[in-house]
Amino acid sequence: MEAVHEHDHSHDHPSGIMRWVKTTNHKDIGTMYLWFSFAMFMVGGVMALILRAELFQPGLQVVEPEFFNQMTTLHGLIMVFGAIMPAFVGFANWQIPMMIGAPDMAFPRLNNWSFWLLPPAATLLVLSMFVPGGAAGVGWTMYAPLTVQQGMGMDLLIFAVHILGMSSILGSINIITTILNMRAPGMTMMKMPLFVWTWLITAYLLVAAMPVLAGAVTMTLTDRHFGTNFFNAAGGGDPVLFQHIFWFFGHPEVYIIAIPAFGVVSQVIPAFSRKPLFGYASMVYATASIAILSFLVWAHHMYTVGMPVEAQLYYMFATMLIAVPTGVKVFNWVATMWRGSLTFETPMLFALGFLFLFTIGGFTGLVLSLTPVDVQLHDTYYVVAHFHYVMVAGALFSAFAGVYFWLPKWIGKMYDETLGKWHFWLSIIFFNVTFFVQHFLGLAGMPRRIPDYSLQFTDFNMISSIGAFGFGLSQLLFLYILIKAIRSGEKAPEKPWEGADTLEWTHLPTPAPYHSFETPPTVK
Amino acid sequence: MIKNDIKSTFGGSMRLTAFLRLICVGTVMLVPGLAAAELQWNFKPANTEIGVAVHDLHSLVMWIIVLIAIVVFGAMFYAIVKHRKSAGHQAHQFHENTTIEIVWTVVPVFILVGMAFPATKALLELRDSSAPDMTIKATGYQWKWGYDYLDEGISFYSTLSTPREQIEGDTEKGENYLLEVDNPVVVPVGKKVRILTTANDVLHAWYVPELTVKQDAIPGFIRDTWFRAEKTGTFRGQCAELCGKEHGFMPIVVNVVSEDEYKIWVAEQKSRVAARN
Amino acid sequence: MSNSINKRNRETFRKLTVITLVMFGFGYALVPLYEKICEVTGINDLAKPDEVVNAQVDTSRSIVLEFDANVRGEIAWELVPRERKRKVHPGELVHVVFDLKNSSEVPVLAQAIPSYGPQRAGLYVKKLDCFCFTQQEIAAGENLELPVVLVVEPSIPRDVHTVTLSYTMFEIEGGGERTAAKELEGGKG
Repeated sequence: MEAVHEHDHSHDHPSGIMRWVKTTNHKDIGTMYLWFSFAMFMVGGVMALILRAELFQPGLQVVEPEFFNQMTTLHGLIMVFGAIMPAFVGFANWQIPMMIGAPDMAFPRLNNWSFWLLPPAATLLVLSMFVPGGAAGVGWTMYAPLTVQQGMGMDLLIFAVHILGMSSILGSINIITTILNMRAPGMTMMKMPLFVWTWLITAYLLVAAMPVLAGAVTMTLTDRHFGTNFFNAAGGGDPVLFQHIFWFFGHPEVYIIAIPAFGVVSQVIPAFSRKPLFGYASMVYATASIAILSFLVWAHHMYTVGMPVEAQLYYMFATMLIAVPTGVKVFNWVATMWRGSLTFETPMLFALGFLFLFTIGGFTGLVLSLTPVDVQLHDTYYVVAHFHYVMVAGALFSAFAGVYFWLPKWIGKMYDETLGKWHFWLSIIFFNVTFFVQHFLGLAGMPRRIPDYSLQFTDFNMISSIGAFGFGLSQLLFLYILIKAIRSGEKAPEKPWEGADTLEWTHLPTPAPYHSFETPPTVK
Repeated sequence: MIKNDIKSTFGGSMRLTAFLRLICVGTVMLVPGLAAAELQWNFKPANTEIGVAVHDLHSLVMWIIVLIAIVVFGAMFYAIVKHRKSAGHQAHQFHENTTIEIVWTVVPVFILVGMAFPATKALLELRDSSAPDMTIKATGYQWKWGYDYLDEGISFYSTLSTPREQIEGDTEKGENYLLEVDNPVVVPVGKKVRILTTANDVLHAWYVPELTVKQDAIPGFIRDTWFRAEKTGTFRGQCAELCGKEHGFMPIVVNVVSEDEYKIWVAEQKSRVAARN
Repeated sequence: MSNSINKRNRETFRKLTVITLVMFGFGYALVPLYEKICEVTGINDLAKPDEVVNAQVDTSRSIVLEFDANVRGEIAWELVPRERKRKVHPGELVHVVFDLKNSSEVPVLAQAIPSYGPQRAGLYVKKLDCFCFTQQEIAAGENLELPVVLVVEPSIPRDVHTVTLSYTMFEIEGGGERTAAKELEGGKG
């Protein structure tokens, strides 16, 4: 594989808006993914704050119940499909070619397409709020037959999900092809940085799971308008069937979000421990087994639909099993730190925040895996707390770690370390203020997705709302840190992180040139 | 039209200022407020045998989790404190150890197997709805519950009785705000009550925390669950599956009464039906 | 040289596109698969007559059969089992009647969907004849007697003592009308 993939580099740095519209450069596209994701994070965040404002105290003060339901729906969809997934695709675009010694992604033009599908989809989602009847108020899970009752907002939502799915699938095909075919000579599979491995596995998950979601929402669409009866009992269908199809996608989706986060953390922790990652091979195997298991446990989201008890037992055992590879990963990260030479710059702080909080999310996952306990906690705030520990503390914190870690390489300037630390401490404190108390609400029996609650839940809801506003405002600091770094950051040294040892740090200058590795490096 | 929508959605600026004032006052009041309030940190006490078993299972798992957390976070914080560069610690470049990797794969398997036994036992009991003393069908509607006592032929709807003014904040909220209904379900203590759930329109879920019952109600199909209340009293729950705009406003109230009181209640209900005909 | 990579990339692209399409199809394949699983486990019985495998009456035990009926939709109609419950022996032939009454001023075309509690009991309740096998047409103001003939298989597990057979009757409407009605509802909601 001595050859380099040559493509049209002729248009060197076109300027203005057309540079971004027409770009096929993996770094430009990565940058657009990341900014898009941050914008969506802000939109979804404002929606979350509307929810928390309404829940600050009992009674209806801020919004009407329909609007509340629309906000829960859009908050979920926007955060999952608009914020977290594009953020990691952004990392993939920037990092994968540099980490495997490739000049660009395998299909640069397709890459441009994958990104430019996102803004119209997001626009559809946001616009659906303004059509008659408003956005769909069905929750991001879109359970039938409530979806049949919705107005036009539901159709826009379905259309948006189709486009988002299309974008993810094209992006994943590109990532898989890049990783399989474009590695530099000597970069064998088992020498790839773990971030690349996790993305390879994630991309396969996406290719396998997203089409199933597309099928589920298409069935919803035809049930709504074309007289099919997939989920309508009167016509011989079954509403529960939707849940099976949705969660067949939905559980792998959880890992689609979590696994790239594992990858980022697996780069950051060794770098700041000045030690190689402990148990590299077992990390790869653990990630792969989590991915495979994720297709076999979907019905643990449906313990209360009344499955036969035999099925519940199977799903309980299979779900508990996921604790084993997940445990292996946590132990490996701790062992990586063990007897290292640790420093605690912002990326490391966020990686440690990830490790600590994701483990707590894993623990509550273990509690929820037990069917008899889950029957009590299903659809309560305990579940809300659980998946925010996994998704916010897991995916989001790891994304922050990644941004702080690679920012010097991307822009050649340093962020403000003091402010970065502030960002971390504010985030982790307010995150816990927001979500830790929700465990207690769930245990006491507060259902999720309700705009108003009985007086017994008042205190914890107040605390949670205050935490949410604190958490939301802290993210403005992040925006400030980014702008400050881009505009007036100190020049980054060639290798700002002593322990970083992947190709982009060892073989490329800082900042990374617009075209890198046009001649592939040789990896020993 | 859109403008109107937005205005009604945000309920005007009056509400917003009131809300902002509340946040400020709330934050200041919170700390002393917390000390006075009785906070619910765990499950509410279970009123069924199986509920106690489920809570015990939860406690057991929580203790196991605490132990694991002490080991994992202990090691993590030990490394953070002792193995820091600023303390002069040199990195040791090891990156694998087959023995320990096997140990930390196999030991969790044993712990999980240990948890699976009580969990399986509790699950089998929880799902055993055979040989009930009576059967009540609970039908979810948008947005109320309908109940049919299949053995007695009693039928009624059960709707939220909290007045709208309390929800809007015009009057003070009552003790059972949002958890009170016009016609509660009445069941005898100590009897195995089987609940059949179904729904009229969309999914709902019949959820009463203290009776350890949560069962989805699915239009077109019936599902069953059960409870045997150990003590008399009033137990309150809510719909637990998003069912549209008033999902938060269709509570469930179960009055558990003595056998005799139950008989009197049944007789009253029947005579009411007879009078209506 | 660079062509060889391009070729390999195109090959990978093709394979992954096939996987994507197959998985989209798989989403749809879950529909019949789910129906099959439900049929085998007796959760949702399809509307066709069952065959009785073992007709031996087991007089040593009896099972309480409960009958329940629901109607859906906005029309004024009722479906009521003539008896609420009956004690039967497994293997015994059971005849029951449901009364359907249309108090509205329009004829109704209806379809009943059976359901069992507990669900696994559905596997053992064999319906030889049932009004749910066909659509029922009922004129305005008419009363219909709807029969069910069933056998509870003697192989039903010993720990099942009560079985509920529940029907939910739905109105079958013209497609166009129905969609319009839905739009209207959605607009309001």
